[in-house]
Parts: sequence; C-alpha cells; structure tokens
Amino acid sequence: MSFGDWIGQLENWVFAVLAFGTLAGAILVVHSRNVIHAALGLVLTLGSLAGLFLLLGAEFVAWTLVMVYIGAVIVLFLFGIMITRAPLGYEIDLSHPTSVKVTAAIVAGSLFALIGWAFLDAFEAVEFAAVDGPTRTADIGISMFTNYVIPFEVMSFLLLAALIGGIVLARQDPEEADE
Amino acid sequence: MSFAVLLTIKVLAVLGLMIGGALVVIFAELKIGAHMQNRMGPYFAGGRFGWAQPLADGLKFMQKEDLVPDGADERVYKLAPYVVLMGTVGVFVVLPLSPRFVARDLDLGAFYALAISSLTTLGVLMAGWSSNNKYSLIGGLRAAAQLIAYELPLVLAVVAVAIQAGTLSISGIIEAQAVPVFTIGELNVALPYILTGQIIGFAIFFIASIAELSRIPFDMPIAESELTMGFVTEYSSIRFTMFFLAEYAGMLSMSALATAFYLGGYQLPGLSSTAIEVLGPVIFISKVFLLSFVFIWLRWTLPRFREDQLQSLAWRWLIPAALLNIAITATFKVVF
Repeated sequence: MSFGDWIGQLENWVFAVLAFGTLAGAILVVHSRNVIHAALGLVLTLGSLAGLFLLLGAEFVAWTLVMVYIGAVIVLFLFGIMITRAPLGYEIDLSHPTSVKVTAAIVAGSLFALIGWAFLDAFEAVEFAAVDGPTRTADIGISMFTNYVIPFEVMSFLLLAALIGGIVLARQDPEEADE
Repeated sequence: MSFAVLLTIKVLAVLGLMIGGALVVIFAELKIGAHMQNRMGPYFAGGRFGWAQPLADGLKFMQKEDLVPDGADERVYKLAPYVVLMGTVGVFVVLPLSPRFVARDLDLGAFYALAISSLTTLGVLMAGWSSNNKYSLIGGLRAAAQLIAYELPLVLAVVAVAIQAGTLSISGIIEAQAVPVFTIGELNVALPYILTGQIIGFAIFFIASIAELSRIPFDMPIAESELTMGFVTEYSSIRFTMFFLAEYAGMLSMSALATAFYLGGYQLPGLSSTAIEVLGPVIFISKVFLLSFVFIWLRWTLPRFREDQLQSLAWRWLIPAALLNIAITATFKVVF
C-alpha cells in the first residue's frame, strides 16, 4: 500500500491523531516537572489508547481502560499526590543523575525490543481477519470462562495476594501503635 | 442519510435533551425547594410561575467575566469543566427513550455509561487542585474520596442487574424487564426489576448515585458552610455554568440509568409494543422526572452527613450489601 492510499482512508487519520496523543501524553509523563501534569499526561496516553482499542473494535477493552485506569487508578494517583505534596506552580527538580537515566534507558529499550520481538515472532505469519464491527462482550465472556479460565483464575489469585499484601503492609495493629 | 448528517442530528438531539432536561430540573429544584420551605421561589422572570428563571440565571452567568485566579494552573483550570461535562454528556448517548429513539445502542451500554461518568471524578480533582485555593483543594479531595467510595457500590449494584438480565446493553436490560413474570389467565404480567428481586439493588444504586452527584445528604465536597463551594469556589462565568449544568444533567442521567435498570425504562405494564413505540419517550421521561423529584425532595429534607459517617456507610454497609445482592441474584439466576 502506498502512502497515498494510506492517507486516503479516514481510519488512518483517526489512528494518526490517536497515536500522536498517546506519544505526546507519554512524553509529558516523563518530561514534565510538575507531578500533577505528569499524571494528567498519563490520562491523555490512556485515553488515546482506549481510542485505539475502539478503532480495533475492542469496545470492552477500551471502556475497561477508561473505567479502571482513568476513573480509578489515575484518580488514586492524583489523590495521593494532592494529599501529600501538591506544589502548585512550584516545580521540584525531578531529574535523576546520569547513571540512573542510562540504566532506565537500557531497561526501557530492552523491554521494548523484547516485546516487539515477541510480537513479531508470534504473529508474523498470522493473517488477521478484517475487523467487522465491535466484538460482542458476551463472546469475550464465553471465551474467558471456557478457553482461558485457568489464566483468569491465576490472575484473580494474584490480585487477591496483592490485595492481602497491601492490607498487611498498610495495617497497623493497635498494640503496635501504642508502643 | 449520510454519516455526517446523522451524526450532527444525534449530537444536537443529545445536547438538546441534556440542556433542556437540566433546565427543567433546575427550575423544579427552585420551585419545589421553595414550597418545602414555605417560600415563593422565583415568580418574576418570564411571567407566570417565573418559568424563565433558569434561562435568566444561565444568561447572567455567561455575561460575567471569565476569571482565572492568581497563581492558578491556567491550562488545567480551564480544562477541568470540560472534563466534568464530558463525563456527563457521554451517558446521554446510550439512553434509550423508546425502542428506536436512542443515539447509539452499545452492546455494553451499561458498562460504558459507568466508565464515561467516572471521568467526572478526574475533572473535579483537576478543578480542585488547579484553583490555588485551600477550599477548592479540600473540596476536590473530599469529592474524590467520596466518588471512589461510592462508585464501587454503584457498579456492583449494576452487576447484579446485568446478571439478572444476561446483557450489558441498556435496551437489552429494558427488554428483559418486559418478559412476563407470571400469567393471570390470558394476561401476561411483566414487572420491572425493582419488583422482581432488585429492590436492595435499587436502594444501593440510588443512595450511591446521590453520593456520586454530591447532593445533600452527601454534599461534603461542596459544603457551603465550611468550604464556600468546594472545587467550584473560584469558577465564574461560562465555566461555572458548565459545572452547574453538569450537576443537574448528572442528576438526570443518574435518574435515567436507575429508570432503565430498575423501573423498566420505557415499558409500562399493560401497554402493547406499538403503544410503547409511540409513548416510550413520555413514559421514560416521566419516570426520570419522578426520580429527580425524589433527589430534590431528599435535598430539602435531610441534614448533611459527617465525612466519617459517609465513608463508613459506603465501605461497611453498601459494598457488603451489594456483594450479597450479587451472590443472591447469581444463585437465583442459576437455580431458576
């Protein structure tokens, strides 16, 4: 497909805008010196990602992203930042020493390479059917509780463990508090 | 009709429904509140009953200067009302006024409505933080704590409805309430979910939606006597109007969701399907206004909760009750 064909389709314009939003938000997250702006950048990234999922017809994933990440996780982030330190206008120096930056770049780069390679390796030869309308939520539910029931149970067990861990870490017994 | 024309019509219909409905509810609040307090309420604007008061208020707000407080984070401050309004308008897209009169009937409409309305929390936090005002910040934080706490019972109550109906589509849930529960001779009797097992679910949903809207008795985030107006304190002009509109439109959208989930939506027992095609919007809107009246009634009747009472109501009572409701609904669904 030539570039002329690519640019002629409306979906690709939408894709370009959403991809730009994702990237711009991600850059704002790591580049902003204001923690609140960084968190809001994450909102932009996740919102654009939800848009990309909508473009793929994955409505359930898209709205889960909005509900869980934008509606709950980011709100908790913002809540946490605001209740502890929310310097308005005053911008703290958040930059790290060069050695940390280099390590972070290596970790991020290798993770990107690994995921990219894994995707290419797994799906290179697979021909995907064209998306025709949104996926039905009922189908997702059926496949989750038939084909993927063990991964689903493992995930819920992991989340339960994380939840208990969180409570144990945050909890302070009355006797200990008295000492 | 082409896609663009249809889209324009739908957007205008959704906005018209939202703004028109909100104006009616604002007027109802002024008048009903006045009667409950033995006052006159508005009586001048527009002549009879002062019916034009909400319009006059809106125009007055818009004429004011759009102020940004000194030291505020200007971009975030200006963006916040849009985010709040977006979360409210989004819900109206999936509300079916009759079997056909719906802007977009999504396969996961109920889930979408809850997801998009959770954007409101984000906008409230943005407004509270960026105003550079202690009242606003405390109001925003209280609002966020409250919205997080009450979103859980709200969603869990809807989960039980989705289990009983076997679908997440709002039209689907309404249609599921038209299935006859029992028959008397020739007559098939279909009952809404509030009468067929979801009465606790309805109570949880309604209490949680009052809290989501930060209305009395859950109005800690904007408690006038202690926080001026909470996160809205610094806003003026059109941005204040947007918050105001979002509050009342939110009341409508919450009433509409409760109507669809528990009160049978556009269905009315005894009416034929052709009658519902025609009368659907009237029935739906009447039910919505009935619930809105209950919202207003509670506001002018009850005193305000304390912050700790409000949190313990959500975490100790509503969430366990909602979980129990899910378990019971699921058991009945499997057994019968």
